[in-house]
Amino acid sequence: MRLKLLTHAALATALIASGCAKKKPKEVPAPPVATGDAAGGSGTSDGTSGTGADGTVGGANLPGSRADFIARTGSDTIYFNTDKYELDDANRATLDAQAAWLAANAGVRVTIEGHADERGTREYNLALGDRRANAARNHLAAKGVSADRMTVISWGKERPAATGSDEQAWAQNRRSVTVIPGG
Amino acid sequence: MKIGTMRLGLLALLFAIPAVAQETAPPATDDDAPLEVDIVGGISEPMPIAVPVMPTPAATPTAQGDTVSLGRQVAEIVSNDLRSSGLFTPVGPGGLPAVSFAQVTAPDLATWRPMNAQALVQGFVRAEGDGDLTIGCYLYDVSAGTELTRQGFTVAPANWRRAAHKCADAIYARLTGETAYFDTRLVYVAETGPKAKRVKRIAVMDSDGSNHRFLTTGQSTVLTPRFSPRGGQLVYMTYADKLPRVYVLDLASGRQRPLVAAQNMTFAARYSPDGRNILFSMAVAGNTDIYRVSAEGGQPQRLTNAPGIDTGGSYAPDGTRIVFESDRGGSQQLYVMGGDGANQRRISFGGAAYATPVWSPRGDVIAFTRIGGGRFRIGTMTPAGAGEKLLTESWQDEGPSWAPNGRVIMFHRTAQGSGKADLWSVDLTGVNERRIPTPLDGSDPSWSPLLD
Repeated sequence: MRLKLLTHAALATALIASGCAKKKPKEVPAPPVATGDAAGGSGTSDGTSGTGADGTVGGANLPGSRADFIARTGSDTIYFNTDKYELDDANRATLDAQAAWLAANAGVRVTIEGHADERGTREYNLALGDRRANAARNHLAAKGVSADRMTVISWGKERPAATGSDEQAWAQNRRSVTVIPGG
Repeated sequence: MKIGTMRLGLLALLFAIPAVAQETAPPATDDDAPLEVDIVGGISEPMPIAVPVMPTPAATPTAQGDTVSLGRQVAEIVSNDLRSSGLFTPVGPGGLPAVSFAQVTAPDLATWRPMNAQALVQGFVRAEGDGDLTIGCYLYDVSAGTELTRQGFTVAPANWRRAAHKCADAIYARLTGETAYFDTRLVYVAETGPKAKRVKRIAVMDSDGSNHRFLTTGQSTVLTPRFSPRGGQLVYMTYADKLPRVYVLDLASGRQRPLVAAQNMTFAARYSPDGRNILFSMAVAGNTDIYRVSAEGGQPQRLTNAPGIDTGGSYAPDGTRIVFESDRGGSQQLYVMGGDGANQRRISFGGAAYATPVWSPRGDVIAFTRIGGGRFRIGTMTPAGAGEKLLTESWQDEGPSWAPNGRVIMFHRTAQGSGKADLWSVDLTGVNERRIPTPLDGSDPSWSPLLD
């Protein structure tokens, strides 16, 4: 399923790109694949994120767009260990790439969503999601992203990206997502 | 909380019916084995109690059906309420002999004694000339042949169910020696939709699930609604406008306002027992602390300042202390501090994580969610951290809320995998655990005070 989706999306993007014959990306990176049903990222925000299948297929990666952000930074999402909010090297690398993209797209404001897995109580998880989003925010700020371009929101355990009750799902839900508005 | 034109009060039933000689129940003497239910100690056998259909002196139509039909329904509500406590095994109203209006105050004990019921609830429903209903409620000790209590309520027909709950409350109170909790409401979060995107709405209903209605549309995610101590307001958290904040909602007017003007997420709000203050948590740059603000608004006062997550504040009934949870020591644990934030000290040392503490309205224990061994369980411990007792065991039991008498706890239980949640209650013995039916899935329950 995942492979099929990627191939299809990549093909469509390549076709469109060659048709337009402009700024063709050398190699079209894989769009992010959510574990859920949609091919969007793992953000939520009641509709502010989550590029649908249409967006992916038509994915011309307009500058400043969410698709472009993901294509050029590798991921909009970083993951955390259980009950942790410290960044590891992989997180920092992703955030560094995000900071670089944000430097190049100075007009774009982002929402940083913090999430927790279901194994914490509701209110604690709200606080934990806030910690994670702020860990990402602080790193981006340290890399030069101005604070007034970043909004933090915690969803606690209210918006899991993966819906299982197992370690694999939980690992995908302990996350912070840098959401570019509008898709 | 006043509901419409309702007048729900104790009547002198002497005027209602030609009554038996005593106006009040004779006190049980030491020689007699008093008819009472022990709800503090361990488990005793639930008390058999007969609840026959309540007759009417004259069948009269009302907006809620005629008084004959209401007499059956009132008895059903009383029977169901008593059963839900786990302390009684009601018999009837179905299948019991008919009670005549004259027998309401002169029970035919020869009929009831062979039926093994220790107690007998009788009553009547009468339409008054002004359109109101009077509901009379009598409790008898069957073997002793004595009247234990009597209460009468006059209500607008629309509020007849509340009079039935009041009747059940009177019986519960008389037989247990505790204040009761049936004439109460519940507020909770009604849930629908897939696990990754639950639609959540605040809903209120009577304690038995009737008169259910939604207070929010589901457009914005809402969490943790909690009653004010008099039941007229709620504090809750909403994601309206993508700004997760605590709001105060006035139930009668429907008006609401943000609890505080904050640039940051506010959550975990709860009223003080006197209703004058509201505790809440605010997350600032990844650090969460507990604050107190007047229920009227104004400048919040910060009560904790430890690095880490301090949240879930809940006042002791006298308002002098606050229990809360903090991960300052590395894991979620319960702490107690003074009402001004002084003298913070840890009280939970049970080898697990502890969360969502709620001080009992009686003051004697604190309910919590215990996280350990991959499970969430509801339990209690004393304010000193002693006497830990686990009441439930499940994949995820979370978010205790006390009945106003401090004898029953409501919480929500989330299923592994599906994430579907529903409401449950458990008494302090941990034995009487039951699901509270809701039209949709349910979480984050809060119990109202006993209604006026």
